Amino acid sequence: MSSYTETISKSIRSSTDQLLDIREFVEQAAREFGFGDEESSNIVLAVDEACTNVIKHAYAGSPNGEIRVTILREGTRFQIQIQDHGRTFDPETLRPPDLKQQLTHYRRGGLGVYLMRRLMDRVEYAFRPGQPNEVRLTKFLARPAAGQRG
Amino acid sequence: MSEFKVHHREGEGVNVIELKGYLDAHTATDLETAFQRLLNDRKYNIVVNCRDLTYISSAGLGVFMAYIEDVRKNRGDIKLTNMSTKVYNVFDLLGFPILYEIYKEEQEAVRKFNEHAGPSR
Repeated sequence: MSSYTETISKSIRSSTDQLLDIREFVEQAAREFGFGDEESSNIVLAVDEACTNVIKHAYAGSPNGEIRVTILREGTRFQIQIQDHGRTFDPETLRPPDLKQQLTHYRRGGLGVYLMRRLMDRVEYAFRPGQPNEVRLTKFLARPAAGQRG
Repeated sequence: MSEFKVHHREGEGVNVIELKGYLDAHTATDLETAFQRLLNDRKYNIVVNCRDLTYISSAGLGVFMAYIEDVRKNRGDIKLTNMSTKVYNVFDLLGFPILYEIYKEEQEAVRKFNEHAGPSR
């Protein structure tokens, strides 16, 4: 099967007022790729959660940082790369050990990481010295992407 | 930008909060303010009508978690109603239906409060 990679990207400031823009950007790309309503919504939510974590943790709420969102579309693979130049943080420390305990004891942190893992096929992190921090979210289409034939 | 709106109304001993638009990390503070105002006024019987809520992220869900303990300690509750399937699915992923009462219609939630009418209004 021959395939090509199509890449689009968008940069936003590290501010929560940018989340709506990034959701619209991702939703349009997901729908163009062939995802339906539910899958598109799930992808959008996962990206929102990843960007929110970057704003709150990597940039500690400062609105002056940059977040670069790059979408790679290849074959049946739809991958979103979210890069930042903020503080490196270990997302695993945000992971809820027990969801029920989390919900009943007012511990809000970590829900986003949990959701990202539930909603996407793959969630990967890359923290390399001298390179931007990177979160990669991947979802696979159950059928060949629109406009791409074997 | 009017991406999220919170509207409060009161009736039959129950306080109804109507949500409209996108509830995310940017707009969650608007809902926090609404809950805090109710708690300051010692109003603990709360129905949140989600009919016009088109989107919610974990930041929005976190607001419900932040206030539920205080509300229940005061013998009240936060009951949720009129969710779209899309919004319900997010609540469901995080196990909310086990811990929160979710009704199809606002009137059902109001009726529940009035069946167990206590001192907290």
